[in-house]
Amino acid sequence: MNFHAPDIDYAGLSPVLALTVGICVVLLTAVFQPLRRTSPALTLAALATTAGLLIWQWGEATDLVSGALRLDDLAISISLIAILTAAFAVLLSIREPAAEQAGSGEYHALLLGSVLGMVLLAQAQNLISFFIAIETLSIPLYILCATNLRHERSLESGLKYLIIGSLGSATLLYGMAFLYGGSGSTDFAGIAAGIGREGVLGDPLVSVGIALAAVGLAFKASIAPFHQWTPDVYQGAPTPITGFMAVATKAAAFAVFVRFFDVALAPQATEWQPALAVLAAISIVVGNVGALGQSSLKRLLGYSGVAQAGYILGGLVVASEAGVDALVFYLAAYALMNLAAFAVVVARERETPYGDDIRAVRGLGRERPLLAWPLTISMLGLAGLPATVGFIGKLYLIEVLVAGDYTWLAVFIAVGTMISLAYYLRVVAAMWMRPEAESSPAAATPAIAGASPEADPIDPEAGRSLYLVVPALLAAAAVVFFGIVPQPLVEFAEHAGAALF
Amino acid sequence: MTNSLLWTPLFFGLLGLFLPKRLSGWWATLGTAVTLGLAIAALAGFDSGARGLQDTVDVAWIAGLGVDYSLGIDGLNIFLVLLTALLWMGATAFAAFREQERPHLFFLMMMLAETATLGAFLAQDLLLFVLFFDLMLVPFYFLFGAWGTDRADGVTASAATLKMIVYTLVGSLLMLVAAIATAVIAADGGQITFSIAELSRDPLGEGSQRWIFWFFAAAFLVKMPAFLLHGWMPDAYRAAPLPVLAVFSGVLAKVGAYGFLRVVLPLFPDATVEFQEVVLVIALASILYGSVMAFTQTNVRLVAGYSSVAQLGFITAGIFALRAGGADGAILQMVNHGLVVAPLFIIVAILAERSGTEDLREMGGMAMRAPVLAALFLIVTLATMAMPGSANFIGEFYILNSLFQSQIVFAFVAIAGVAMSAYYALRLYQRTMHNRKPEGIESREIGLRDGLVLAPLVLCIVGLALYPQLILHRTDRSVTRAVAAVNGEPESSTERLASTGLKRPHVGRFRPVDRPGP
Repeated sequence: MNFHAPDIDYAGLSPVLALTVGICVVLLTAVFQPLRRTSPALTLAALATTAGLLIWQWGEATDLVSGALRLDDLAISISLIAILTAAFAVLLSIREPAAEQAGSGEYHALLLGSVLGMVLLAQAQNLISFFIAIETLSIPLYILCATNLRHERSLESGLKYLIIGSLGSATLLYGMAFLYGGSGSTDFAGIAAGIGREGVLGDPLVSVGIALAAVGLAFKASIAPFHQWTPDVYQGAPTPITGFMAVATKAAAFAVFVRFFDVALAPQATEWQPALAVLAAISIVVGNVGALGQSSLKRLLGYSGVAQAGYILGGLVVASEAGVDALVFYLAAYALMNLAAFAVVVARERETPYGDDIRAVRGLGRERPLLAWPLTISMLGLAGLPATVGFIGKLYLIEVLVAGDYTWLAVFIAVGTMISLAYYLRVVAAMWMRPEAESSPAAATPAIAGASPEADPIDPEAGRSLYLVVPALLAAAAVVFFGIVPQPLVEFAEHAGAALF
Repeated sequence: MTNSLLWTPLFFGLLGLFLPKRLSGWWATLGTAVTLGLAIAALAGFDSGARGLQDTVDVAWIAGLGVDYSLGIDGLNIFLVLLTALLWMGATAFAAFREQERPHLFFLMMMLAETATLGAFLAQDLLLFVLFFDLMLVPFYFLFGAWGTDRADGVTASAATLKMIVYTLVGSLLMLVAAIATAVIAADGGQITFSIAELSRDPLGEGSQRWIFWFFAAAFLVKMPAFLLHGWMPDAYRAAPLPVLAVFSGVLAKVGAYGFLRVVLPLFPDATVEFQEVVLVIALASILYGSVMAFTQTNVRLVAGYSSVAQLGFITAGIFALRAGGADGAILQMVNHGLVVAPLFIIVAILAERSGTEDLREMGGMAMRAPVLAALFLIVTLATMAMPGSANFIGEFYILNSLFQSQIVFAFVAIAGVAMSAYYALRLYQRTMHNRKPEGIESREIGLRDGLVLAPLVLCIVGLALYPQLILHRTDRSVTRAVAAVNGEPESSTERLASTGLKRPHVGRFRPVDRPGP
């Protein structure tokens, strides 16, 4: 009897393999006390190797594992965004109490595990790999959120995320089951073929399935009205992890959003477009209005992320190649802008007693210009002001929306941006302008519930740490650079779009 | 040429960061002087007979989105560019003479503001225009908020600034959507271009024009500000540092009016004709409201601020008379108003330094020991009220003349504004310079340094009064083209000479009727 070993495309799988090996190595070295301190370096090495392998595969489009995964430029670009974010998270975690308390090795291995989930999710081409990837992504994050062991909020955040995340996953799985029942296939291309002529609306099984799957995905991407967990979880989680979640999870979720809707459901585009457009509009309004009253920077960024998810969803609504281009472009822009902001928040958390309260950045322009500039640029970018990549991103989205006959959604983006100025500029004002009359610096009670001096040692020089300042400056410089010379990033995004259409 | 003109200020601003603090002001002033030199060179090289744009720069910027980096000079913007360079130099020098907090940042923001403003005037790509239009706000946000004054009644500078930013960005974000819609609809599935010249060749359908017109108009009217959209003005004007306010009021308000001429008239001619009367009503309301407010206010800044509302109302009315003469007058008046209002704010700053107050009721008698200051101020005042003999008179005459020919009812109302301007201008002068000098106010002659800032600006007012053709002659061709788009008139009808500025008849009358028929 002849036995043929399956043909394995090791080149295509190499990024995933590299990450897996990385996880094992980081975990194993953590066992040996003297090697513990190498975890961040090893994690960075694993991420760099993966990024290298992904870039090596740039321009190829290969089906892997008999069509369960597909490594194309969309997957690669989204994976690169996730890896960049993870690398930032590693740098920001150096000297982070959470990483020390939870055990540096475990912390970093979990982080890599989550990245592995994202890389897989960006490649997922059928319902099974889709679900496995999204769980691989989520489970390490549930734990990471709770790693700040001495903070009640952190534990609460982990638990909350676990419960709501499970609910999201269950909804998603339920939707997938319906979809499989309706179309007879788990494969995205098979679903597209299987839905048949009566379309989505004609078949209740399929339409319920799509609705449930979309809701599950919306949970992960924190799109309103499925965003309620976002502010609480973001606030409680250790800040480097918050930054990682805010950017990478969103990017990965959008990758599969795109593949799911633009491949599996492409023939029925006209039927789901209006629904997604309404979802985007709700997200824009809810996120921006919700952010207005926030005084915690992490909550503010959380709500702003909800609004930005609404903008990004606009790129999917039009169901065109240009739309995917705009979506990927905005995701990259969003990543850069948020990373700069989170680096500064981490620095201020460590050197002031205010935690992530907006008071922590008051007077930053005078005190620490090297931190104030990145945060300023990030806020102006998120607000979409010119000479930042945020402006180009909005321009891109609005252009594809108008071209795709969704001008009303473009107007929503403009209106949302106006509302957003009120809170983004509040942060800028706190940094550069005279404080408002109130403010009693004497009342320096820690803003974080359950914090204690020994759990959060304040280091007034933490803001000068190169691990924080350099990433913040680099991200901010990239925000300005791509705002003035956007062409390279546009081409990057165009590659991603071309992979699907 | 246009490139270096545009980027010189920012270049100097960035280099200034590496200089010692006490030099940064002088360095910035040098930067504005170089910019002014380049602007004058551009004027010297300007060919008033040439069609279309001169000194153009045109390279693809974001190829995927159809956005070009395209700049150019023509009759519409050459003098506004010059005005920008001139006023910025004055204001920067005035600020450099004084101690500034955090001078590095202050002057960097001033320079960034100049580049952004020049960019808005020079841009020939619709999206580039929107970009610079929005970019102007960023430096002014910092300048107003961080160097402004908090009021005693609790309105902080940063709150006032936030109000201003939200107001103006509401307009300009809608404008972004409108600009993109214009290009996308015009492309009709083909290659998208944002080039203003290309887009004006083939205007959109009337239905699209209607809503796009209002999105643009909202942005421009807020910027001016026009009546009902001026809510940000009183707070922001009271908070702003005075040298910054001089350029803000002198130049930024004009970007709105300029936008009408550059973008709205050529690109949305049908909507312009359709909504002519609505805009004229807004303009007249601005004239009346601004004038009445200007003579009831007691804060010197607000007198100047509301008078600007009225003057911008005149300029808008001139543009929306939809005659070449009116638009000519509007451009002349934009320059005039800039030249008048910037010295006015500088004088206000000088007066406030001497009297320690910005309240008219507590001022007076300043002229006693300061004849030179009084004389300079008098010239500015007379120009503000458009005395015959001043260039403002000619500008207003042009505007009213065209308005009479196109919409006579509106013209009668507008004339009331002329009369009222005399009242508020003279009141301001009298209350500050004449009357009895209250205790504790110092009547001191203007210093040599401030004189150096003020005198050239006043000289420009005088010079322009003597020779307004400098502007009229050069703007004529471009203005006529902009207006011709609306009236659907052939360009050849504009081949007239404006040698005697005052007698120049308007376009319509000399239509070449004797042309042989086809």
